[in-house]
Amino acid sequence: MNSNQVLVRVEHLKKHFPITRGILFQRQVGAVKAVDGITFDIYRGETLGLVGESGCGKTTAGRTLLQLYLPTEGRVTFDGADLTALKKEELRRMRRRMQMIFQDPYASLNARMTIARIISEPLRVHHMGSHEEQIERVQELLHVVRLNPRFINRYPHEFSGGQRQRIGIARALASDPEFIVCDEPISALDVSIQAQVVNLLEELQEELGLTYLFIAHDLSMVRHICNRVAVMYLGRIVELAEKDELYDHPAHPYTQALLSAVPVPDPSVERQRQRIILEGDVPSPIDPPAGCHFRTRCPLAAELCSEEPLWRDLGGGHFVACHTS
Amino acid sequence: MTPLLEVQNLTTRFHTLDGIVHAVNGISYTLEEGETLGIVGESGCGKSVSVLSIMGLIPEPPGKIAAGQVLYRGQDLLKLDEAQMQHIRGHEVAMVFQDPMTSLNPVLTVGRQISETLTVHLGMSEEHACLRAVELLGMVGIPQPDDRYGDYPHQFSGGMRQRAMIAMALACAPSILIADEPTTALDVTIQAQIIDLVKTLRERLGMAVIWITHDLGVVAGLAEKMIVMYAGFIVERGNVDDIYGNPRHPYTLALLKSLPRVDRSSQEKLATIPGLPPDLLGLPPGCPFAPRCAYEVERCRQENPQLAQIGRDHEIACWVDVTTGRER
Amino acid sequence: METAIKGSVASIPDESEAPPLSPGELIWRRFRRHKMALAGVTTLILLILYSLAGTLVFSEAFANYTDTSLRLMPPSATHPFGTDTVGRDILARTIYGGQISLLIGLFAVVVEVIVGVLIGAIAGYYGGWIDAILMRFTEAMFNIPQLFLLLVMAKFFGGKIPTIDIFGRTFSGSVVVIVFIIGLTSWMYLARIVRANFLSLKEREFVLAARTTGTKNLAIIFQHILPNSMAPIIVSATLSVANAILTEAYISFLGLGVQPPTATWGNMLDGAYNYIETAPWLWIFPGMLIVLTVLSINFVGDGLRDALDPRTLTQ
Repeated sequence: MNSNQVLVRVEHLKKHFPITRGILFQRQVGAVKAVDGITFDIYRGETLGLVGESGCGKTTAGRTLLQLYLPTEGRVTFDGADLTALKKEELRRMRRRMQMIFQDPYASLNARMTIARIISEPLRVHHMGSHEEQIERVQELLHVVRLNPRFINRYPHEFSGGQRQRIGIARALASDPEFIVCDEPISALDVSIQAQVVNLLEELQEELGLTYLFIAHDLSMVRHICNRVAVMYLGRIVELAEKDELYDHPAHPYTQALLSAVPVPDPSVERQRQRIILEGDVPSPIDPPAGCHFRTRCPLAAELCSEEPLWRDLGGGHFVACHTS
Repeated sequence: MTPLLEVQNLTTRFHTLDGIVHAVNGISYTLEEGETLGIVGESGCGKSVSVLSIMGLIPEPPGKIAAGQVLYRGQDLLKLDEAQMQHIRGHEVAMVFQDPMTSLNPVLTVGRQISETLTVHLGMSEEHACLRAVELLGMVGIPQPDDRYGDYPHQFSGGMRQRAMIAMALACAPSILIADEPTTALDVTIQAQIIDLVKTLRERLGMAVIWITHDLGVVAGLAEKMIVMYAGFIVERGNVDDIYGNPRHPYTLALLKSLPRVDRSSQEKLATIPGLPPDLLGLPPGCPFAPRCAYEVERCRQENPQLAQIGRDHEIACWVDVTTGRER
Repeated sequence: METAIKGSVASIPDESEAPPLSPGELIWRRFRRHKMALAGVTTLILLILYSLAGTLVFSEAFANYTDTSLRLMPPSATHPFGTDTVGRDILARTIYGGQISLLIGLFAVVVEVIVGVLIGAIAGYYGGWIDAILMRFTEAMFNIPQLFLLLVMAKFFGGKIPTIDIFGRTFSGSVVVIVFIIGLTSWMYLARIVRANFLSLKEREFVLAARTTGTKNLAIIFQHILPNSMAPIIVSATLSVANAILTEAYISFLGLGVQPPTATWGNMLDGAYNYIETAPWLWIFPGMLIVLTVLSINFVGDGLRDALDPRTLTQ
């Protein structure tokens, strides 16, 4: 990743899910503020990690970015084109260039379709090639993800979790996209299979010049695969930095707590660790604390934290949203 | 001194329509008072089935404990009948499961479920049990325990529910706490809270702990001894420092090498273990890990190695010395 | 810590070599375990053979041949099921009647499935006001008593549709009318089931994946979601065939169904109305056939329901 070309620009993106009440006419009584104003750029060829715990909104962010959910507010620009302003058909055609890999290898493949049909679907939808050419491309893709092309007419249930995930990757690559949102692609896999899939994703990125948004909660894996990392909490990004900078010098108290909580497979290291244990649970995204969302659990919380913190530039591409750091 | 728990050659099988599943294949280990043992392995390795066998919670049929002894304070738990086991469960040996939502009864209040353990096992009066339950809820770090006593499981968050499960497990001050992947489904900061809690409580109560997980990081920070399981066998056994510092079984070695670390910047590719875990319906002769092993020799496919000592507190089941690549 | 890896790891076949059972084989295996369902299938096959093969033995003309000198004769060697009020052979009439009854059952369900699935799928997938309107319509149809609708439509259309000739056989126009009437008044159950299925399936990740690919809505409905909701549709459709046959029997029994001389099991029952005690063979044979058919279909439906249980299909 050495280009400074911005491929994806996200500006003040929000996604609120309305909570309605009423029998005949539904009126909105509140909203789940899953994504509450996020702004970041993704550069061509890089892997940007988006991390956070459950309920932080990272999966919703990925889906809203791709316009699978209609944004409540904000803008997403892909290679200069404003996705939020495109017409339905234009957006559909744009999907050829931006794809997604899903978390659940069992639910993300249609159990009633052969993997040939699953993988060739992007080709059919975007009218790429004749039928024979599409079959050839499917075999090529199976080869690329290291699955035996012989099994082209088998059904998903005949494969293991790791293999199904590779089928999902093959499908995402079919239309030759530039950008792939990887939504927790390895969380549902066994530890010994995770490394296989991650290595595959890295190789593909090198060979095909792909750009990834890597959404995950496994901080160890994120450190390995990503170039830059953004940390989310309750719908907002609290810190964004180059990966080594983030992991070695975390500025936001939440990032610090998060990193200190990750176990390390080394007893001597574990024995010496000072964990920052956070109190209580994550507040509900329906009614997040006013101002800085983290202040109810922050060990450094102060008076001024009741005001929403500004996005500060600490230099060297390191940004943080915190009053006290 | 007799160990608190001695598992000898435990073997559990399941008779299914598709054949016999060899879930646990003759595993043995000991647990002393106050000790923490980590059982590590991936899905399907038999770690959960092994502790369910100890607790007598394997449905028979289709399951069957085909061989072995589980000596708790010298008494073989496998020979006890259901009534006797019910006395042991919750009172002497308690268990916490992965998903607190399904292991807590959704239609009973949390407080009631805890006090029930007390009235049944310790014969406490309802009133007394109630008070003690509130105390326990406080002990596991649930704020406002008097109010929370009357709440239902769905009103608790995941982390809180797991704490409530721990409170229930500890109510009768058991000698052993078995935790089967209790934090796998929890966020990492909540996991840290729960592990911290268990550490505090085990010291306070002098409890022995068996912690089952696939997360090698959690075991490193929690256990003194560990066993690594694969396809129902123990492949490496010993104390935690020796195993992490000097892993000698190819599976453990490969597993550790495939893990990225949060405290280190890594540039190389992750080491992978090729292939898939074996099918427990038809285990081939020889070492179950042989098809995926980088150190395989001919003997590996013919004979399944037994655990053998390679250090004072370190055993492996392997024909090969990974430091030289040759047969031992 | 130094380790030496000897040689390279042999390439390992990553997938199982022999394909495990396909979904079809799995379903059949589970279906086979239902003894009653198997009995039902066997009986149905026999009944269908009865109606089809029987035409090789008796001609339609024979079935409609009246000879009042032979009327109301009890079962004998020449007329194993006896004769009816105008001297027609009952055995032959049950054969041809069976054809009509079974055909009506089948085609009525075809109509029902087409309408029910379309309405249920569109309502379930699009939601919002489309769903609201379609569901209100469905509920309205529910609230109108089916029998009333059937009778009104039968009275209105009866006699107005001309006869049809297919495969050299003549069908009274009333058969077509009956098929549509039954189909258009029984689709609501299926629509509700399909809608419920679509509501849950459209949230699944494979649908999201299809949307991410850029697949159009109609393709998602028919190529993705519908194949995954076949189980309840098949079960419902199977049971509906039984229902349709019974409904035809009701209407015909009331004299508003298929008109003679075309025989159906239902209108044969109507003809037996005045002779229930005196000439029981008039209603026993068609009645038994109806009961056998309906029971068999119900057993098959039960078996299918278990065999297609989605919990065991998705692994």
